[in-house]
Amino acid sequence: MADEKLRVLIAKPGLDGHDRGAKVVARALRDAGMEVIYTGIRQTPEMIAEAALQEDVDVVGLSILSGAHMELFPRVIAALREREIAQDDVLLFAGGIIPDADIPKLKEMGFQAIFGPGTSTEDVINFVRDWARTRPVGAG
Amino acid sequence: MGDPVEVLVERLLDGNRRALSRVMTLIERDSPEGRRALALLYPRTGKTHTIGLTGSAGSGKSTLVGALAREYRLRGRTLGIVAIDPTSPFSQGALLGDRIRMQDLTADRDVFLRSMATRGSLGGLAPTTAGVVSALDAFGKDVVLVETVGAGQDEVEVAAMADTTVVVLTPGSGDDVQAMKAGIMEIADILVVNKSDLPNADLLARQLASIIDAGAHGRRRTPIVRTASARDEGIAELVEALDEHGAYIAQPEVQRAHREKQARHQVLALARQALMERVVATHADGRLEELIADVASRRIDPHTAADALIGD
Repeated sequence: MADEKLRVLIAKPGLDGHDRGAKVVARALRDAGMEVIYTGIRQTPEMIAEAALQEDVDVVGLSILSGAHMELFPRVIAALREREIAQDDVLLFAGGIIPDADIPKLKEMGFQAIFGPGTSTEDVINFVRDWARTRPVGAG
Repeated sequence: MGDPVEVLVERLLDGNRRALSRVMTLIERDSPEGRRALALLYPRTGKTHTIGLTGSAGSGKSTLVGALAREYRLRGRTLGIVAIDPTSPFSQGALLGDRIRMQDLTADRDVFLRSMATRGSLGGLAPTTAGVVSALDAFGKDVVLVETVGAGQDEVEVAAMADTTVVVLTPGSGDDVQAMKAGIMEIADILVVNKSDLPNADLLARQLASIIDAGAHGRRRTPIVRTASARDEGIAELVEALDEHGAYIAQPEVQRAHREKQARHQVLALARQALMERVVATHADGRLEELIADVASRRIDPHTAADALIGD
C-alpha cells in the first residue's frame, strides 16, 4: 500500500535565541501523525531551502520572533525557487511575532497562512490537513 | 514527453538533486512509481561504500555521523547520509531531528542528508531504507552513512544492507553486557568506543578486546576504535578503519559472498512480506478474524490456525 505521509519542515530563520513556539508546533504536528523535520535555531535561508530540498517536504513552516521576517522570508522563497521548488510544490506558512500590516505582503509572496501568538495548535493542524486534502494531484 | 518516472531517473543520473530527492520519496512511499524507479536504478548501484552505524540510544551516533561526514569531506569524498528516527506507535507521526547536529553540513552541496521515520518497521531501519540508499548509490555518492534508530540489539537488518557495519558502544552504560549478548558482536565489522573521554573507557575497550579474542578463531579480527566525537578525537582513525574494511570487502571473492548473502536476505524478506499481504488479503472476508478469535479463546492452537490460513 502506497504510504503518502505528510512531511513537514519546521525552521527558524535568523537570530532568535529560543524556539519554544516552534517546538510546540513541531510536536503538535507529529502527534497529528505527520513526519516533522526540525532543524534547530539560527538557520540561514539557504540552509532552510537545502533542508526542504533534501527532505522533499510537502510543507514548510517558518517561525520568527526577531522582526526580521520582511528581510528573511523573501530570501527563503528565492532560495527555494533556485532549487526548483515552486509555489505549488510546498505549502508555506509562518508563525511568531508578525505585525498585521505585513500579512498582506507575505500572502502576496506566497505564504498561505500567518499564525500569531495565541494560535491554537489545532488551528495549525487543521490548516495543514485542509490543504493536503485539496492539494493539486501529482504535485511536484 | 517520455514516461515521468524514466525522466525523473534520467535527471537523477545526470546529477539533479531535486530529482534524487523526488525519487527517494517515491521509493519511501513504496508506490508503483517508486518500485519502477528502483528497478531502473538498481543496475547502476554497487559502487558506493555503504556504512551502517548502530548502537543504543544516547551512544552519540548522530554526533559521530556528523564528525565522520566532516572528515570524509576533508578527504574529498562525496556523501549521502540517511538518518532514521522512530515513528510513534500511537500517532504514526515522527519528529526527525538529526539535522540539528549536522547543521554546518547543510550548506555543502556534496552532502545529501535525508531523514527517515521507521514507519512501523523494527530492526533499526525503515522498510525502504535499502531502496533509498540505492538512489544515493546510483546518484554517485562515494560513501553513504546510515544511522539507525539504535535499539542496539539484534539489528541484522543493518548488516543485510551495509558493506560495513559499525557498532557504537559507550562506557558505563551497560554496553559491556550488551556486547556479550548474541547479535551485536556478530554484526560488527568495526567496534567504536564512543565518549572515550568518560571514565571506564579503557575498561570497556579491554573487555571488548577479550570478547573478540575469544571468538576470533582465525576470522578477520574486529578492530576497536576509540572516539570522542564531540571533540573530534579518533575520527581520522575511524575513517582509516572504515577504508581498510572497505578495501577488504571490495575484494572480488569477499564481495561476491557478502552481496549474495545480502541479496538472499532482501529477496526472502520481501517475499515474506508479499506472502503475508496476500494471506491477509485473501482472508479479508473475516476468516482471519475467526481464527484469531478461536486461538484467543483457546479453542484451537496458533499453529493449527496458521496452517488453516495458508492451507485454505
